[in-house]
Amino acid sequence: MPARPIPAVLPAAFLTAMLAALPAAARDNIQISGSSTVLPYATIVAELFGENFDHPTPVVEGGGSGAGRKKLCEGVGEGTIDIANSSSRIKQSDIDLCTANGVTGVMEVRFGYDGIVFAALRDQPDFAFTPADWFRALSARVVRDGALAPNTARSWDEVNPAFPRHEILAFIPGTKHGTREVFDHNVLLAGCKETGAYDLYADAVQGDDDAKKKEAETRCLDLRTDGVAVDIDGDYTETLARVRANPAGIGVFGLSFYQSNTDRLRVYTMNGVVPSVDSIASGEYPVSRPLFFYVKLAHMGVIPGLRDYVTFFLSDEVAGPDGPLADYGLVPDPKLHETQALVAAERPMEPLSQ
Amino acid sequence: MTDTTAAPAFRGASLTEPDARTRRRNAAERRFRLLGVGAVAIGLVALVILLGSILNNGLSAFRQTYITFPITLDAAVLDKQGNRNPEEMKKVTTIGYGKLMQQALLDALDEQGIDKGDLTDKEIMALLSKEAPADLRDAVLADPSVVGQTIPVNAFATSRLDGYLKGRVTMESATRDANISPEQLQLADRMEAAGLIEKRLNWGFLTRPDASELRPEAAGLGVAILGSAYMMIVVLVLSLPIGVAASIYLEELAPKNRWTDLIEINIANLAAVPSIVFGILALALFINTWGLPQSAPLVGGLVLTLMTLPTIIIATRASLKAVPPSIRDAALGVGASKMQAIFHHVLPLAMPGILTGTILGLARALGESAPLLLIGMVAFVRDFPGAPPQGLLDPASALPVQVYTWTQRADPAFVERASGAIIVLLVFLLTMNALAIILRRRFERRW
Repeated sequence: MPARPIPAVLPAAFLTAMLAALPAAARDNIQISGSSTVLPYATIVAELFGENFDHPTPVVEGGGSGAGRKKLCEGVGEGTIDIANSSSRIKQSDIDLCTANGVTGVMEVRFGYDGIVFAALRDQPDFAFTPADWFRALSARVVRDGALAPNTARSWDEVNPAFPRHEILAFIPGTKHGTREVFDHNVLLAGCKETGAYDLYADAVQGDDDAKKKEAETRCLDLRTDGVAVDIDGDYTETLARVRANPAGIGVFGLSFYQSNTDRLRVYTMNGVVPSVDSIASGEYPVSRPLFFYVKLAHMGVIPGLRDYVTFFLSDEVAGPDGPLADYGLVPDPKLHETQALVAAERPMEPLSQ
Repeated sequence: MTDTTAAPAFRGASLTEPDARTRRRNAAERRFRLLGVGAVAIGLVALVILLGSILNNGLSAFRQTYITFPITLDAAVLDKQGNRNPEEMKKVTTIGYGKLMQQALLDALDEQGIDKGDLTDKEIMALLSKEAPADLRDAVLADPSVVGQTIPVNAFATSRLDGYLKGRVTMESATRDANISPEQLQLADRMEAAGLIEKRLNWGFLTRPDASELRPEAAGLGVAILGSAYMMIVVLVLSLPIGVAASIYLEELAPKNRWTDLIEINIANLAAVPSIVFGILALALFINTWGLPQSAPLVGGLVLTLMTLPTIIIATRASLKAVPPSIRDAALGVGASKMQAIFHHVLPLAMPGILTGTILGLARALGESAPLLLIGMVAFVRDFPGAPPQGLLDPASALPVQVYTWTQRADPAFVERASGAIIVLLVFLLTMNALAIILRRRFERRW
């Protein structure tokens, strides 16, 4: 509950006078916040929604998945947001925060997938990567003669004899990005297991299987710190700028960003699969992640248009294979109709399984 | 005397021939001059590079490619009931208008005898902005009487085609571009020759709202300019009276003691506090405690007021101080009260300085983005805020923040628009600074 202004100082007195002059009006626009990966999709839907419905265009803000979920869980009421966009699944800590603040019914909506691609400038040599190549290039320790040794590779031909002689330089998302989790899990960890480093790490640990697994998974994600792997904490435009300044570098981008910049960037295959909307939807291309938004059910029917917006977002003409979101690079969810049913029933999400 | 041994060297030195020491001193002076010129030159070069790159990137944002063709607004599609009732006509979505437009564009190509090549209808339609059907729908709903007539439409071309006419996209880059093909550009060449495509001045850049990544060609600064204007009004209305009242009290009436010294030091310190700190304060106080809405120009204005106040107070106090004491003494001497002396004599004389300080403070507030990021003004806002005072609580954007959001977008067309927005912001700032200079020149009095 907002506290009454305290007219302690002159500005407060001015403000009280100004506020008194304002007729109190209920909020009639939807407020959305969260992931900057989901932001372009949400703005596209918001724009179409504002155009075709009688409701105002929703106000969409970026700021990051975690920040968005935290804002969603601040409480119920007009002063809080209605939807949090998220490029990773909600965490137990968020749900606990929600419960503590009285936000009980939260609906989880998965609306599609985002591919994560490796790309460099157009004039760079060709590579056909596997997760193992990336692990050997960027990991702090690699397997040499059956034992773990510090990674000293400087050139891609040291990583894989089939590759050309080319300096190793990678611009990867920083640790606060949702993209990094996918990179860690689907590329580094997969490569770690493939090269046998995982087993070596696990064998070195005393204890039960759980402890071994945990330790090995953490060690697998250790990156070299000699400047070969560069964390980018900004967005993909920053990654692109860094790649343009260091043409030898290879950047990690979202599929949609790459598709907007195909005239400058060339994309590399992973396990021999070219990343595209089709190859990601079929699951052939291994590096992808689901995109979500979380809806506060207590605001349904209170904030005008919220129900319409969610239904419209999930409709076949928007989130389907021929919709504007797929045009922009969203990989449509093959199980979209299940999500549509969930939205129609306004079913709150189940407790997290882990 | 330590220099007795050195003294003989000076004896008999020529006045016209500089000796070694004089030459050294002269050389040092020349070096210093050169350093100074160099420093100024570095500054100028930096300015030229900055302005040059902004103008080079951004000037093209003010011109936009349009496709012009006639369209017959078929009543059977747009108004099935036939009673021209906008409420019922709203059922036809932009998708319906899009189909109508596609047909009209194809008909126009056939009529002009333009070879469509091997392009599909969808690829031809892709030359048009996705904003075009929405604009047409708005126009029809605003004036239902046009249904059934044939009207000319001026639709934006898609940003890639626009980039082609501006030289950003080439035939060569189009072969690699997923969003446009060389065949589409060849068709565009033929359409341009037939006069269907034209590059014109785009007022929409200043008047239209922001747009999503699928239609960068339609993005404009309208909401941002209006939001910035609202904030400046709030800043002016709040900070001028508060700032001037505080300065008059501190300068003319307050006793000089420890407390006023403390206040003075704090004001001077506040003027140097990083602006993001004010943003954090605003988030905690205005939004979380007072419950004011996010993204509202009122909240933005309040933050910027807090940020501008110290600047205004310092400027006002300086100009009050510059009024000679003899003016006050004369007024008091003929029997004016202290308040009459201040309001009838001191304040009018100090006014040019106060206004200059206020305008410079406003200019700084106009270019400020950091505190606005924290209070939700970085959002994607497409609806114009209403008229004040209610509109002060509607969501809006701000000019510097719009620059920030556009530089983060993936589509290369937004680079041009971000630079265009910087140009607009610079023009506003230059105007305000010029106004401050003119005021100072015209009304300043020297004693």
